[in-house]
Amino acid sequence: MNHIGSKLLEIKGLVIEGFTDEKWVEIVHGIDLTLNRGEVLGLIGESGAGKSTIGLAAMGYTRQGCRIASGSIVFDGHQLFGAPDHVKRKIRGNRIAYVAQSAAASFNPAHRLIKQYAEAPVQHGLMSYSEAKEKAVDIYSRLLLPDPENIGYRYPHQVSGGQLQRAMVAMAMACRPDIIVFDEPTTALDVTTQIEVLAAIKQITEQFNTAAIYITHDLAIVAQLADRIMVLRYGNLVEENNAREILAHPKEEYTRKLLSVRTLREDKAYNGDKDVALEVSDLSASYSGSGDELVLEDINLKIRRGRTVALVGESGSGKSTLARVITGLLPPLEGTVVFDGRQLPPALKSRKKEDLQQMQMIYQMPDTALNPRQKVRKIIGRPLSFYFGMKGKKQEKRILELLDMIELPAGYIERYPGELSGGEKQRICIARALAANPSLIICDEVTSALDQLVAEEILKLLQRLQNELGVSYLFITHDLNTVKAISDEIVVMLQGRIVEQGVKKEILTPPHHEYTDLLLSSVPEMDPDWLDQLLADRGDFPVASGPAVSTE
Amino acid sequence: MFKLLKQSPISARLGIAIVVMNIFAALFAPLIAPYGETEVVGDVWLPMSRDHLLGTDQLGRDLFTRILYGARNTIAIAFVTTLLSFVVGIIGGFLAATLKGWTDLSLSRIVDVMMAIPILIFALTVLSVVGTSILALILVIALLDSTRVFRLSRAVAMDVEALDFVEAARLRGEKIWWLMRHEILPNAMPPLVAEFGLRFCFVFLFIAALSFLGLGIQPPTADWGSMVRENAGAITFGIFIPLWPAGAIAFLTVGVNLIVDWFLHVASGLKD
Amino acid sequence: MDSIAKLVLKRVGMGLVTLVVISLVFFVGIEALPGDLAEEILGQNALPETVEAFRKELKLDLPPHVRYFSWLGDFLKGDFGNSLANGRPIAELIGWRLSNTLFLALSAAAIAVPLSIILGILAALYRNSLFDRFISMATLSTISFPEFFVAYILMALLSVQLILFPSISNINDQMSLAEKLYAIFLPCLTLTLVVMAHMMRQTRAAIINILASPYIEMAKLKGLKRLRIIVLHAFPNALSPVINVVALNLAYLVVGAVIVEVVFVFPGLGQLLVDSVSKRDIPVVQASGLIFAAVYISLNLAADVLSIVSNPRLRNPR
Repeated sequence: MNHIGSKLLEIKGLVIEGFTDEKWVEIVHGIDLTLNRGEVLGLIGESGAGKSTIGLAAMGYTRQGCRIASGSIVFDGHQLFGAPDHVKRKIRGNRIAYVAQSAAASFNPAHRLIKQYAEAPVQHGLMSYSEAKEKAVDIYSRLLLPDPENIGYRYPHQVSGGQLQRAMVAMAMACRPDIIVFDEPTTALDVTTQIEVLAAIKQITEQFNTAAIYITHDLAIVAQLADRIMVLRYGNLVEENNAREILAHPKEEYTRKLLSVRTLREDKAYNGDKDVALEVSDLSASYSGSGDELVLEDINLKIRRGRTVALVGESGSGKSTLARVITGLLPPLEGTVVFDGRQLPPALKSRKKEDLQQMQMIYQMPDTALNPRQKVRKIIGRPLSFYFGMKGKKQEKRILELLDMIELPAGYIERYPGELSGGEKQRICIARALAANPSLIICDEVTSALDQLVAEEILKLLQRLQNELGVSYLFITHDLNTVKAISDEIVVMLQGRIVEQGVKKEILTPPHHEYTDLLLSSVPEMDPDWLDQLLADRGDFPVASGPAVSTE
Repeated sequence: MFKLLKQSPISARLGIAIVVMNIFAALFAPLIAPYGETEVVGDVWLPMSRDHLLGTDQLGRDLFTRILYGARNTIAIAFVTTLLSFVVGIIGGFLAATLKGWTDLSLSRIVDVMMAIPILIFALTVLSVVGTSILALILVIALLDSTRVFRLSRAVAMDVEALDFVEAARLRGEKIWWLMRHEILPNAMPPLVAEFGLRFCFVFLFIAALSFLGLGIQPPTADWGSMVRENAGAITFGIFIPLWPAGAIAFLTVGVNLIVDWFLHVASGLKD
Repeated sequence: MDSIAKLVLKRVGMGLVTLVVISLVFFVGIEALPGDLAEEILGQNALPETVEAFRKELKLDLPPHVRYFSWLGDFLKGDFGNSLANGRPIAELIGWRLSNTLFLALSAAAIAVPLSIILGILAALYRNSLFDRFISMATLSTISFPEFFVAYILMALLSVQLILFPSISNINDQMSLAEKLYAIFLPCLTLTLVVMAHMMRQTRAAIINILASPYIEMAKLKGLKRLRIIVLHAFPNALSPVINVVALNLAYLVVGAVIVEVVFVFPGLGQLLVDSVSKRDIPVVQASGLIFAAVYISLNLAADVLSIVSNPRLRNPR
């Protein structure tokens, strides 16, 4: 761990306002924050907690539409609130650096990586360009980037996601800053890529005794890196303590909720006689229509009535593509999709209404999954009229029944999606699917875009609906915690092939396929020593040998 | 709706006032005009007076009257043309975005080629053969202008089409017409409405320009463009009469642009 | 580098195809129009023999595809046929006038392009300041005005009231460059103002778009000076959209010159076109129309190609 020294950053009574609906509204309500030399502080919270805003405010910076209303921000004796621009400019990049969530967006596509690395130290007058280049090679190799001598000469879009994120960390380190603000640096990455970046961050902050503010919504991740943790909610502090203390003895209800791992469902015994709802046999598919560029190969799987099959994989695994093939959006090159004993025509437009009605889909982003110009009444009502010809009073009655099933009040029937929260929108999506009376619902990353607590509720709802209605789920996800919680069977995919499949218990207990092992071990756990242990187990650094496809 | 109006800035209200005035003039010209459209009432190029609010034109007709009548002629034709171009452009653009594949490819190629033709040149060429016919004018301008509308509606429709709720409707089994009418169109309205304003201005200016060249609406029908042309000679005598009809054209266009600007501002706010 | 070359070639290919199609349109389009050409031009009362002779003259008796290819062949050789109005070879007429129009357009462009870009960038940088708001208002008005309005206002102000510049811009080969520039001052100024308004708005929008990018925020967070951010970070990414804007407006300039030429009686191709349309001198209309279209298409093509070539992501592929 770092050697923790004197007070470096002290924020008192920070109030930040945001400009919405033509007026200024408080979004951060008087936060106090202290950071000592060499210390890592975790800022954790769900969306709207204000963590990014506070992280940026530590540099005296606010985004368009935000302003620091009042408070004191003292960095190493300098008051940043109300300080003139040139004072703040000298500190940024130099003594406090920032690592953004998306490396792809934060690098200028017009310049090579090395140039962007060297910019800050050279412009701040710390060293010459050639000195900066030498130091770059050193940092790149510490971060285990391949070919550290030459990788700097590439352009940002010529480098993979995980590598680019590490290059951004390197760029932040260029001036040997006192503090680095990490703003959700691994959120957009695959679980296996995430490990390499986390390891890199841990390494670098330890080696150079850099203080850090680590912002994330994932408590397990912050547990690996932070000395202290601050839990935030809607711009207020909920709880603050040592990392180990908070994880072991959370004081607030909210913190406890964030910590609770999703409760495992008891395994339903595998009953071989259960009817098969959907069967996919010998399937392969390609976007280009040619057998040389297969995105799916040799896929065989069965989904039984009333069971949940979890389809797990990282980006590029083909899990979403499989859903598209099953629904008919992408006709396969080979193989069949058989539903309820009937072989389905490969293309969507050749399928009959009765077949379409049996299979429904729920999407990842509730914001884009609902037509903002349609009221709930029309959104849920349309499938009812389209499939069953239900109109008027009969339709209204059914809509109200469905609203009740998804635990929303009847008044919501007149609302537009814009008036609903993320979780509520997702519930409407579920109701829309249920309106068709399907036997199979394909859930495509349905909880990935939701806050953890909201996601929890949605999963509970889905389980309850399965118990009551006997509907089957094909649950596509990359989140292993969700898989552990709700699946009956698990299918692991890698680069278009099925690597392993079977009943949950079998898959989760060793021995595993090599990739499954990699996947399972890469999921962060609440134990603060988990990362260190993993790195020790894997020997040296785990440059993930997983998918060769570059992540976005 | 009214809440929006209350919050609107001065520029938008000015724009609305201008457009309303013009529509009023266009609709009620026969009722408010002091003289007849082609009635000769006095001497050539008389200055402004109580009898003739804006003076008289090159044939001695009351300028104010002609300006009022000019409103209805020019605006009506520009409006019909824009409407036609929009109907063609939107249907084409939406079909291309929803059907994709060959439909999209072929329509886009055709439009690309059509867009390469400068409208003015082509209009002039057609007019040289067919002679100045209002119908020909409307059809040519509408057809060529619809290419711009096609581009925009295709782009907007593709943006909307990429959203999950459209796929959800497709998976339900909805057919093309439903998708275009219920899923895509309501969400494509803001940019399309704004574009309508802009295209109207362009068409309006274009027709005025053609009339100015003597190739559009023919005399003695009152039309702002040809009125500028007819009275152009006055400038050399220091009589700035042609500035009135020219100014009227500018006036309306500015008004519409102000409204469009405000509309875009509001619409972009609505999106988040 | 191959992917760029391929893109460029594709685009150029498209351009050529477009030119061929345009020539067809100008040719066929005329054929497809209602009314027999010869009768229309000579009038209802013309004697049948005259009409026949006329049709032979215009080669209207040959089948369309033969006519098209012979016309195209001649065109490419530079023989545009003879004017119906005065019997002179069209090539002569067009040559001189085309160079005049290009002279006018280039003079306007030379002023308009650098000014618009600089002002557009400044307006984007000092967004919502008084300067920006003033520019927005001024450009909004100008793009709303018909060109002839701007032309007549300028004429009224600078030529009639303050007798500074000539209201009729007649130029000939005997004049020196300075004299020519003096003569075309007003039409040039008109074109400049109109084009500048469009270009400024579009440049401003493009720059504002770039300034909102995350990598610009990153540059600010690295503590870089404002000037450096603009020149090194924003500008290279702004090249592509700005070039696009400029080239598209140059194309517009060429066509907009037609109106200006008529107002100021400038001996350019645009005025010839308009005159010929009134006189229904079809061959001249076809020839000059096609030339205008070709210039317009070439400028658009150049816009696309330059835009592709200056895009950093496309220049340095994976």
